[in-house]
Amino acid sequence: MNGFTGFVLRRTVGTAVTLLAISVIVYVVFYATPGNVAQITCGPRCSPEQVHQVARQLNLDDPLFLRYWHFLQGLVAGQDYSTGTSVQHCSAPCLGLSYQSDQQVTQLIWAKLPVSLSLVAGAMVLWLLLGVGTGVLSAWRRGRFSERVLTGVTLAGTATPVFVIGLVLMIVVCGELRLLPFPQYVALTDDPEQWAWNLLLPWLSLALIEAAAFARLTRASMLETLAEDHIRTFRAYGVGERSIVGRHALRGAFAPVIALNANNVGSAIGGAVLTETLFGLPGIGQELVHAVNVVDLPVVVGMVLVIGFFVVLANAVADVLYAVADRRVVLT
Amino acid sequence: MSLVEVTGLRVDFGELRAVDGLSFRLEQGAALALVGESGSGKSTVASALLGLHHGTGARVGGSVRVAGTDVQRASDEELRRLRGGQAAMVFQDPLSSLDPYYAIGDQIAEVYRVHARVSRRAARARAVDVLDRVGIADAARRSRSRPHEFSGGMRQRALIAMALACEPRLLIADEPTTALDVTVQAQVLDLLRTLREETGMGLLLVTHDVGVAAESVDEVLVMRHGRAVEHGPVSSVLGAPAQPYTRELLAAVPRLDAPRAGSTAPEKAVLEEAAPQGAVLEATGLRREFGRGKRAFTAVRDVSLTLRRGETLGVVGESGSGKTTLGRMLVGLLEPTAGEVRYEGRPHTGVNPAVQMVFQDPVSSLNPRRSVGESIADPLRARGERDEGRIRERAAELLERVGLEGAHYDRYPHEFSGGQRQRVGIARALAADPRVIVCDEPVSALDVTTQAHVVALLGELQRELGLALVFVAHDLAVVRQVSDRVAVMRQGRIVEEGPVDEVYGSPQDPYTRQLLAAVPALDPEAAARRRAERRELAAA
Amino acid sequence: MSEVLLATGAIGTDTSVPAASGVRQFWRRLRTQRAALVAAGVVALLVLVALAAPLLTALEGQDPTTYHPSLVDSARGGVPIGPLGGISGDHWLGVEPQTGRDLFARLTYGARVSLGVALAATVVQVAIGITLGVAAALGKRWVDQLLSRFTDIIVAMPLMIMSLALLAIVPSSFPRPVLVALVIGLIGWGNIARIVRAQTLTLKELDHVSAARLSGWGTWSIARRELLPGIAAPVITYAALLVPSNITVEAALSFLGVGVKPPTPSWGQMLTAADVWYQAAPQYLLLPAGALFVTVFALTVLGDGVRTALDPRAASRLRVGTGRRRESKAAEGGRA
Repeated sequence: MNGFTGFVLRRTVGTAVTLLAISVIVYVVFYATPGNVAQITCGPRCSPEQVHQVARQLNLDDPLFLRYWHFLQGLVAGQDYSTGTSVQHCSAPCLGLSYQSDQQVTQLIWAKLPVSLSLVAGAMVLWLLLGVGTGVLSAWRRGRFSERVLTGVTLAGTATPVFVIGLVLMIVVCGELRLLPFPQYVALTDDPEQWAWNLLLPWLSLALIEAAAFARLTRASMLETLAEDHIRTFRAYGVGERSIVGRHALRGAFAPVIALNANNVGSAIGGAVLTETLFGLPGIGQELVHAVNVVDLPVVVGMVLVIGFFVVLANAVADVLYAVADRRVVLT
Repeated sequence: MSLVEVTGLRVDFGELRAVDGLSFRLEQGAALALVGESGSGKSTVASALLGLHHGTGARVGGSVRVAGTDVQRASDEELRRLRGGQAAMVFQDPLSSLDPYYAIGDQIAEVYRVHARVSRRAARARAVDVLDRVGIADAARRSRSRPHEFSGGMRQRALIAMALACEPRLLIADEPTTALDVTVQAQVLDLLRTLREETGMGLLLVTHDVGVAAESVDEVLVMRHGRAVEHGPVSSVLGAPAQPYTRELLAAVPRLDAPRAGSTAPEKAVLEEAAPQGAVLEATGLRREFGRGKRAFTAVRDVSLTLRRGETLGVVGESGSGKTTLGRMLVGLLEPTAGEVRYEGRPHTGVNPAVQMVFQDPVSSLNPRRSVGESIADPLRARGERDEGRIRERAAELLERVGLEGAHYDRYPHEFSGGQRQRVGIARALAADPRVIVCDEPVSALDVTTQAHVVALLGELQRELGLALVFVAHDLAVVRQVSDRVAVMRQGRIVEEGPVDEVYGSPQDPYTRQLLAAVPALDPEAAARRRAERRELAAA
Repeated sequence: MSEVLLATGAIGTDTSVPAASGVRQFWRRLRTQRAALVAAGVVALLVLVALAAPLLTALEGQDPTTYHPSLVDSARGGVPIGPLGGISGDHWLGVEPQTGRDLFARLTYGARVSLGVALAATVVQVAIGITLGVAAALGKRWVDQLLSRFTDIIVAMPLMIMSLALLAIVPSSFPRPVLVALVIGLIGWGNIARIVRAQTLTLKELDHVSAARLSGWGTWSIARRELLPGIAAPVITYAALLVPSNITVEAALSFLGVGVKPPTPSWGQMLTAADVWYQAAPQYLLLPAGALFVTVFALTVLGDGVRTALDPRAASRLRVGTGRRRESKAAEGGRA
């Protein structure tokens, strides 16, 4: 297992480097673009004088690299901010203060994170179960009518945007049938049962489209495996269809499913933003949309970085899992 | 009752009739080889014996009885009992024939448990047992390895072990050694022979290689276009073939012991006198590494050789010996890590029109999207020729020179057979007016009769144009047939080099001796002699 | 999101070169797929509607931006007056709640925005992807390392989030649809660059490329003659799946209020307030949702068809059964 430990170590270092690179790119892109942040923050009726003052207050006059350096310092060691009269200490990891509310971005994110994590984690369980299950079923029923139906349904599933599914589900389930109340976030620690009931619909909306993709992938890789030579070997030795599909073909789908899952964490977070906005869940996504609309740059940058962190982390974990699932992969 | 009774077997894939009215019998404990070139339908017959065509859309007619089961009428349950239990199959490519994700012992145990009502533990023990039986050292530990952790030869042994697990009465081996190196092939064939002697099971061997058949069976059935051409004991079919096709097939098989044509041909002597034996291509201290760090490996290390005007230098070696890498460095497609190649005394880096190459794979060596004429015209255009008429004329001339029609200029590669494509590849190399052609396994992807034609063409062109050839191949017999001198490669080094007759007649290096002893012989007596030689070498 | 779908495509994409796939062969294979043909018809119709939007609305006698306060009941919060959300001979599909703008006009002009933005974004993605992918595959080791790492980072950043954030900081004076297309294009090229790089690396090793080098051609001629035709198939396949994905992303951004902004109509934007009105004016929800679904679905089916036509091997495993492949294998006999 020595090679494996080394592999995990190398991946960890690589992940750290990637995160640093992302922070540079994001910081440069957001703070060096043409939009005049001071003007927007100050408001349309500010005089040039006032705009200038705001710019100085937000350190927007400093060179870009210096500002990035301060940002990194804050991230590692924390930082003090003077807000008019008082001094606020922002402890590490500090992502700066919101232009709008002077709130610490880290605290803001920390408060919203449980909502988003609940949403994405729950949906992930759902899409993996639904998607892989459907995929296995259609590989098992290949060539039959039921498979054609499943294939059509999953194709339609991949073509339905999250917000369309969410809207329809909300209107039908909560509005017309009144099976569930309109979702309202309840913390898991407060009431697990209410937490689950309220998140059921958001989970479904987010999971359905992803599940469709997993169903397609699972089916495709199982069929691919079924066409391989080693399946012929087991057929030629009288091994039954149940074992061939359930044991050998399914095993071949593991690695691609893991890879797709890592790939889709990013798009699922994008979907989570839509879901949160649609269902009014107070998560990171909703906050991000708000920050974007009022051009609150520290919040936008902080959130993009945190999301990037999760995506890169998910990818690193998937890489390790992939290496375990597919032992033929050379560890580098 | 016979072990296998096939009567009037017909197999159709849509329009294509792969097997057409084939009948044969195989008695208990006997061994029969189905021999034929690609498209002869021999593998289709093997699959039909186990009913593997069921549910694939193929139409199967006639009757097939294996170990008392009527394969055509058998229920799924009966078929499953037959497969593995009564008749077991060993496939061509041992890597792709095993599930990459499970331990080899587990795969054998799984198959065993289909046919024997035993516990998981007992099945696992049985797997270790049979692995040990086929000569896998430390079987208990190795049974926990996955296929990619095994070498090619060990994988084929593992597949044979899987076949042995249920003690079948018939072993069907479909090209069991085609993917293996010649020394490993010899080991696997010896193993099959030993197992057959010990267990008394019948063997149906499917192969394109007449030598492999001669080594392993008592009876041969030669197939062509889905029909039986000739059927009888090995000694009579291979010793005194009655049918023209069999004779043609046998004549095309390159042999280690046949008289060599060409090497002492008068034209050559004249040529050598006209142009003194200068070196046209020289390599000194060639070395090539791939990758870096821990994964770095050296494909070619410290190779020096000289190619004289108008001669053919054979480079022979097993897979991984570095012979292809060497060939690519000689033509300038690969930069050596160290050492240099000199053409006419001048160092040459990068490609040089005077040094051309003929590639192994007739499929990938021609661009599928361009007509063959365009491919052949490439060197002409690159040289700056702009006159379309002259280009077409020259390309047509070259096509005719390699035995195709000039009118084929506008055809696309997929319209040609493998041998024809290889001819196009040769024409393209000739278009550059080369002095040297490096042929990298030019005939290994071709059927044996096509192989003979392409080899003959190369020899003709060489004499006519005074070309110097480097002939890189794994097949010792082919190399012997075409070369004046030969270099034997192993693990990136040349272990022996010299005139062909010396190297083949009295090999000095033990590895060369091992290689030569491993080549299957057509003559059963010679085969027995080589087997004895192999045992000696193995003991030494 | 249908980024998902793309990832599926990426993984399923075969990097081998289909033998002799000419344009004619492509049409022949595409023609045999009924679903893809129907989808192509639907897509053609949508493109026609988008192109002819001014003409169609002129026929109706309306335009997408004029307010009709007289057609909504301001006392009831702006519900359209009349049955079925105000459908009439003047307003074929009714009017928008609150503003009274003509729905038919907004829907057809919305098709322009959706398709236009998605196509433009795809063009940008493909251009960047091919350039960087080929450069990485043919460049020196360090170039490859640098570009591949950069691509990894771009792929890791969620497209939605980055576009959302980027759209916030660009001055609003910039034409919004162009901006949305650019942003999606500049962020979403990662997977296509990866595919192009992998395919170019595979092609580069093929013997016919070596043969072309031996003929004396330079790098550029070889790239043009031997490599570019070879990467066309996977690029077209992937691009065909990028279009519906980009449509979804544009709609999502507009839905969130940061994409195409009023008064320019967009399907995503129309859905923003639709849930409030679904009882009073159901078509206000159903029309843009249906249009989005039909468009994305048709493009996806068409994309699948294109893939099948370009890469029959990948297709045979996406279709049914395994018999076909074994059959042809067996027919080739032992030495295949």
